[in-house]
Amino acid sequence: MAERKIRILVAKPGLDGHDRGAKIIARALRDGGFEVIYTGLHQTPEMIAEAAIQEDVDAIGLSILSGAHNTLFPAVMKELKARGGGDIVMFGGGIIPEEDIAELQGQGVRGLFTPGASTDEIVAWVRANVTPRD
Amino acid sequence: MSRRVKARDEAPPATPASSESARRFSTISDMEIEPRYDAEDVRGEIGNPGEFPYTRGPYSTMYRGRPWTMRQFAGFGTVHDTNERFKFLLSQGQMGLSTAFDMPTLMGYDADHPRALGEVGREGTAVSTLDDMVELFDGIELDQVTTSMTVNCSASVILAMYFVVAERQGLPMTVLGGTIQNDMLKEFIAQKEWISPPEPSVRVIVDMIEFCTKEAPRFHPVSISGYHIREAGSTAVQEVAFTLADGLGYVEAAVARGLNVDDFAPRLSFFFNLHNDFLEEIAKLRAARRLWARLMRDRFGAKDPRSMRLRTHAQTAGCSLTAQQPMNNVARVTIQALAGVLGGVQSLHTNSMDETLALPSEQAVMVALRTQQIIAEESGVINTVDPLGGSYAIEALTTRIEEEAEDYIRRIDEMGGIVRAIEVGFPQKEIAEAAYRFQRQLDGGEKVMVGVNAYKAEGESPMEILRIDPTVEERQAARVRAFKEARDQAAAKARLEDVRTACKNGGNLMPVLMDAVRAGVTLGEVCDVYREEFGVYHDPAWL
Repeated sequence: MAERKIRILVAKPGLDGHDRGAKIIARALRDGGFEVIYTGLHQTPEMIAEAAIQEDVDAIGLSILSGAHNTLFPAVMKELKARGGGDIVMFGGGIIPEEDIAELQGQGVRGLFTPGASTDEIVAWVRANVTPRD
Repeated sequence: MSRRVKARDEAPPATPASSESARRFSTISDMEIEPRYDAEDVRGEIGNPGEFPYTRGPYSTMYRGRPWTMRQFAGFGTVHDTNERFKFLLSQGQMGLSTAFDMPTLMGYDADHPRALGEVGREGTAVSTLDDMVELFDGIELDQVTTSMTVNCSASVILAMYFVVAERQGLPMTVLGGTIQNDMLKEFIAQKEWISPPEPSVRVIVDMIEFCTKEAPRFHPVSISGYHIREAGSTAVQEVAFTLADGLGYVEAAVARGLNVDDFAPRLSFFFNLHNDFLEEIAKLRAARRLWARLMRDRFGAKDPRSMRLRTHAQTAGCSLTAQQPMNNVARVTIQALAGVLGGVQSLHTNSMDETLALPSEQAVMVALRTQQIIAEESGVINTVDPLGGSYAIEALTTRIEEEAEDYIRRIDEMGGIVRAIEVGFPQKEIAEAAYRFQRQLDGGEKVMVGVNAYKAEGESPMEILRIDPTVEERQAARVRAFKEARDQAAAKARLEDVRTACKNGGNLMPVLMDAVRAGVTLGEVCDVYREEFGVYHDPAWL
């Protein structure tokens, strides 16, 4: 039996409505052969964690352009842990200063992409870093 | 989409065939460009500057008569921080104010709301109460400047607060000049900041148009915005088409309310993007003016020339800037701003070089403002009106953008108008498609961004960026809680109920909102009533 497709939730937490990046990444991942669920805008950390569990995803990509990344990444991870999804791979992108990247990676965000990253690079990263959860 | 094909009649190039034939010459919007344009390519009415159809500019003397307004968008942290930035910009020769609000304000939440967590004062300044608004404009005489306020779904409350701040300065509404963005249709299409669905959103906008027409005739109650449409990834043609379609939507709704088109249309203003493709951007602005003039005359029977004359603010394209080698952004912004001036804009914001990294630092803002001053004072392009008018390439591109935009408007008409088109996701999907196409062209190297997918540099030293004081959020939330505790609770409650009644019975919201903010009702409280009475719009999450 063929290995099942990797499932990825692309999510937009917080209030910011800039979804150009999130939509492009979602499409590129889909074209790259992954199963992609897009939450739409204005999601709370609870809503994102809930959707991740419901949809049984292997990874979550957060798109944040509002400067609220230091609040929102940890908040989503906390909600995931509370629901038994602590092993779901977290990655994300947005306007995230260098020193914040190091800090977030220390907290367990596996991949962070900033403006100028190509979709090919992100698809390759997911292929290398995400495997189906048991 | 129709695309004219022209036979190539010139001799084969002297250079190896691969150099030209292998390469597509296309604009950043992917519009293919001919090797050259000639007199026969010039179609469409050019006319004179300041005359119908305004291809050559809305005024006969353009910048000889009046320079464009240099207006830098500013707002961060507390209202006190932003007030200081305003005063700095005015001291540096800026001519008008432009206010950026933070996300909670823009989405109709007070700073002490759980949904505001992590976002207070980050992307703009935090305004929840009348006190915040008073302090934002402290020491600035509102009859001496024009103020632009970038806010949409909560715009009605912000405008009510602005009028009450002026009242406290002893100024009548009739002397106030400025612009409130207040363009909800483009929010559903592109920027995605909303409270309620399209129909009640348009109703509130028409309330504001009606109110300003009677009470604040120098104020622009809506700024019909293509900027965000372009930032979301549209082409230049889509930017013109969807922006003008939104404008038609407001005019139709206001006429349906019983307003006379020539009473309010002169106060409609526009806001376009200035992207990298120099000739395309100049042509885009000219095409938008000509198409709007014809639509206003032919669809609505406008008689007053001011109703047909498209006047616009413009801002250089944020999405064109790169985090890599950020100083290169100064060159991009210069090209974009020059396109705006040669395209005939009335007001201009130039982005700062560090804006892909954070909100701009004071030094970066200064370079951006100086860029405009160099264009105005040193480049000489303002000396004659519409210096590019009659250029074969510019006129041919102008006509092509106008025709293709009109095609889109025809399709939107067939769907039953822009509100219906938005409900089925037509403009949203067209833009997402264009954005994805461009990204793939970048990834494939067909389009180049210097420093990103070509001419890369290693080991760049990071720029000094503006960081928002993390204590802003708690201080602002505490300030809002204290404000709410100190007011006359019974009066605030009663005025808020008046807002609810007006939502229900269709009475004009503006006078009711002014009473409410005078009584200490907050922005978030009014928007909660909107959520309850008009419903909440949810993102359809189309991919």
